[in-house]
Amino acid sequence: MNALLETRGLTARYGDFQALFGVDLALGEGETVAIIGANGAGKTTLMRSIAGVLQNPPDSIRFEGRAIGAMPADEIMAMGIAMVPEGRKLFPSLSVEENLLIGTYGRKTGGYWSLATVYELFPVLKERRHAPGTALSGGQQQMVAIGRALMSNPRVLLCDEISLGLAPVVIKDIYKAVPQIRQAGAAMIVVEQDIAQAMAVADRVCCMMEGRVTLTGRPDELSREAIHNAYFGAVA
Amino acid sequence: MIWVDTVIQGILLGGLYALFAAGLSLVFGIMRLVNLAHGDLIVLGAYLILLLVTLTGLSPFIAAAVAMPLMFALGYGLQKFMLNRVLGEDILPPLLVTFGLSVVLQNALLEGYSADSQRIQAGSLSTASIELGGINLGVMPLLTFASAVAVIFALNQLFYQTSLGRAFRATSDDATTASLMGIKPAGVFAKATGIAMIIVTIAALYLGMRSNFDPSIGPARLVYAFEAVIIGGLGSLWGTLAGGVIIGVAQTLGAAINPEWQILAGHVAFLFVLLLRPRGLFPRAVD
Repeated sequence: MNALLETRGLTARYGDFQALFGVDLALGEGETVAIIGANGAGKTTLMRSIAGVLQNPPDSIRFEGRAIGAMPADEIMAMGIAMVPEGRKLFPSLSVEENLLIGTYGRKTGGYWSLATVYELFPVLKERRHAPGTALSGGQQQMVAIGRALMSNPRVLLCDEISLGLAPVVIKDIYKAVPQIRQAGAAMIVVEQDIAQAMAVADRVCCMMEGRVTLTGRPDELSREAIHNAYFGAVA
Repeated sequence: MIWVDTVIQGILLGGLYALFAAGLSLVFGIMRLVNLAHGDLIVLGAYLILLLVTLTGLSPFIAAAVAMPLMFALGYGLQKFMLNRVLGEDILPPLLVTFGLSVVLQNALLEGYSADSQRIQAGSLSTASIELGGINLGVMPLLTFASAVAVIFALNQLFYQTSLGRAFRATSDDATTASLMGIKPAGVFAKATGIAMIIVTIAALYLGMRSNFDPSIGPARLVYAFEAVIIGGLGSLWGTLAGGVIIGVAQTLGAAINPEWQILAGHVAFLFVLLLRPRGLFPRAVD
């Protein structure tokens, strides 16, 4: 398979602390990959590396065949990789609509996503469009964060823990949007602690533990036991 | 009636202080950078306008318009090649660098122009006045105040109606997340300082036409500007105008009581506001 986005032997460290140990990951055109794993497994570090928040050797991350490991975040975004960061990270000084519009700042590529289609995806945002982004409920804020990333019509959408801290019914609402996002053409990497949710939306699941990928496969070929072992470590 | 007159003159004087402060407020609001060379950059702008007027015989207003792109370029370069390198968690390095810049500017101007005081000649405009309801208002102070209101209004439009303004606010909120939106914080900061230098040029025009200036007066302008920003509340542009007006009114009232109290009264008003409202009159909701 010719990968759209690929990491090869990706190693990341924060000072003396090594967070990733040679992660290989491939994402095909239009594919959705879920990354599961416990806290501290390196999932967010992997996302931040791909998005360019953390710098890496150029060749360790490739997008459409180009080495992007050492590029800064704004250039990576301009190439078509958008991120929904962990914790939503809306801009408190901006209204809901301005938060969405800022998503187009670095990349004004035509495509399916616009204010109108984002409001269609999440109608509640249209009602609250003049409210400060941070005045919304957690679930609505997450919708803004997803919409903001979609506004640039990315080729790849990175979603970091979009269900974190949200009620199950709200999580269901947000995941309802995933098929539409896929249909509009974006490949996705979804970092998720909720294994059932991850299995439901993903074409492939990667399980990480202590900075390594411990298991990869299609959701229907992975047994509960295999996931359990990959997630928590094999019980001796 | 004399008191009404005094207060109105103070309000108009506040326009000048608001012009001194607007650029400082803009830069501080976006990148939490206190530019200690701000006053000296205003003085530099005044010398640049003076130079253009002397060389070409242009009207000071046109000379200022010519100076604006030059000052924008200076601000852009200053931010991009110097100040961006020292911005970070620690607030001390930018303070030291801009303090050093202040010393460099003062001494360079002293070398180039000597310590003699200069003035930008504005012809009959500097003495013209109009009478309104028994009060004589100088045309120059009126123009200054109108310019201050126009600058603050324009900055507000820029901040709240344009995509660059959104980028300014987003970067100020969270530079890392802003970069995930494709915003290059270093470039946004350079544009902001460039725009601040355009406002500095306008401030310099009125400073130079209204009073004598020499290379040493920058730091005192910085103090007025800083007080206006703090009174108004950090990051609030209309608050900065209010801060300038409060200092201006305090100064003219102080001077009306005793001419020696003019400067002192402005500083006392600043301390008084700080005592009652430590975060200024119109602090931003999120900080």
